[in-house]
Amino acid sequence: MTAAPDTYESVSALVRRETAMVYDAGKEYLVEARLRPLATAAGCSTVDEYVRRLPLDAEERRKAMDALTINETSWFRDHAPYQVFTDVLLPRLLEAKAAQRHLRIWSAAASSGQEAYSVAMLLDQHLPAGWTHEIVATDVSTAMLDRVRAARYSAVEVNRGLPATALVRYFERAGNEWEVVPHLREKVTVRHLNLAAPYVGLGHFDLILLRNVLIYFDQDTKHDILRRMRAMVEPHGYLMLGSSETTLDLPSDLAAAWRREQEGRVQVHRPTTGA
Amino acid sequence: MKALIIDDSRAMRSILRRIVTALDFETEEAGHGQEALDKLRDGELPDVCLVDWNMPVMDGYTFITEVRSNPDWRGMTLMMVTTESEQRQIVRALAAGAHEYVIKPFTPDAIAEKLEMLGLVGGAA
Repeated sequence: MTAAPDTYESVSALVRRETAMVYDAGKEYLVEARLRPLATAAGCSTVDEYVRRLPLDAEERRKAMDALTINETSWFRDHAPYQVFTDVLLPRLLEAKAAQRHLRIWSAAASSGQEAYSVAMLLDQHLPAGWTHEIVATDVSTAMLDRVRAARYSAVEVNRGLPATALVRYFERAGNEWEVVPHLREKVTVRHLNLAAPYVGLGHFDLILLRNVLIYFDQDTKHDILRRMRAMVEPHGYLMLGSSETTLDLPSDLAAAWRREQEGRVQVHRPTTGA
Repeated sequence: MKALIIDDSRAMRSILRRIVTALDFETEEAGHGQEALDKLRDGELPDVCLVDWNMPVMDGYTFITEVRSNPDWRGMTLMMVTTESEQRQIVRALAAGAHEYVIKPFTPDAIAEKLEMLGLVGGAA
């Protein structure tokens, strides 16, 4: 059974209001699948009944938001961007930051942390001695941020795109799960952030990973995010979007603010000077 | 591409067969390591072997050691697919010559992604 149409509409409106993410029509099954366990736990016999309760219950609303905004993710997702990072971007960043010898990277839709820790693994292997780095992982879902902090993954999750050599090198068995080793965990700082809200106190970044998240926002919010990202990236820095996300339809001010560069199959964005 | 699926569980062989067939692999199957070695000696070599660890007659670890001792089979990719998830066992399998390791239970995506990492499946365009 899927949720009634008006239930779906009120969930879409709620998600949009709280996170600015857009739940397109046709995702009813997703709402049902993600809210059903919460509805049952809250003693509601249907998802419809549960959704009617949400406007009155802030705690339950937070749980529902967490459930509705999670994404399935794998390690080194899409591969090519990580290859470009180590082969192309990192050498340039090492040159640009030779004086500071410190890199800052932002995983802007960290989800359960696979992206942040994938980058941490690469930096562990490729960053020269004497360099330091910080990876800031932000997400709108507090449940996801708890997962990033815990850095524990099931067997099903560690199978997803993680080379076996990396599994044995960067993880330790913790019961039935696998836990990221402390020296990688300490490189990752976790912060709660709604991408549609102001970015305060985050500092500037050499690389911003904003992958596979803009698709959840409407056009205006998407453009607003890209405008504000411009101020977050260092002049020599990079912005990476998801492999299926295009910025071809940008309004002229944004098209002038970001320069698109093609590195093999991967598109990266650099801030234009003086914008 | 051709895959040899080595697992004593018929159900598991069938699950793996469906996954790799969908990725355009031809498949052959063996119920244990010795049967797999016999197939390698008799027929056309597969591009990849998906190897369970715990099997009767000859286990997957021994199979991998045997394969790696034969230079004619050097080009073959070996991927363990097993419930064996002790860290030292994974290290042992990799040291013996396994290229990759998938822990059961897995999702079909996990197999596809690993085969892609090994260059056996074309990446998404």
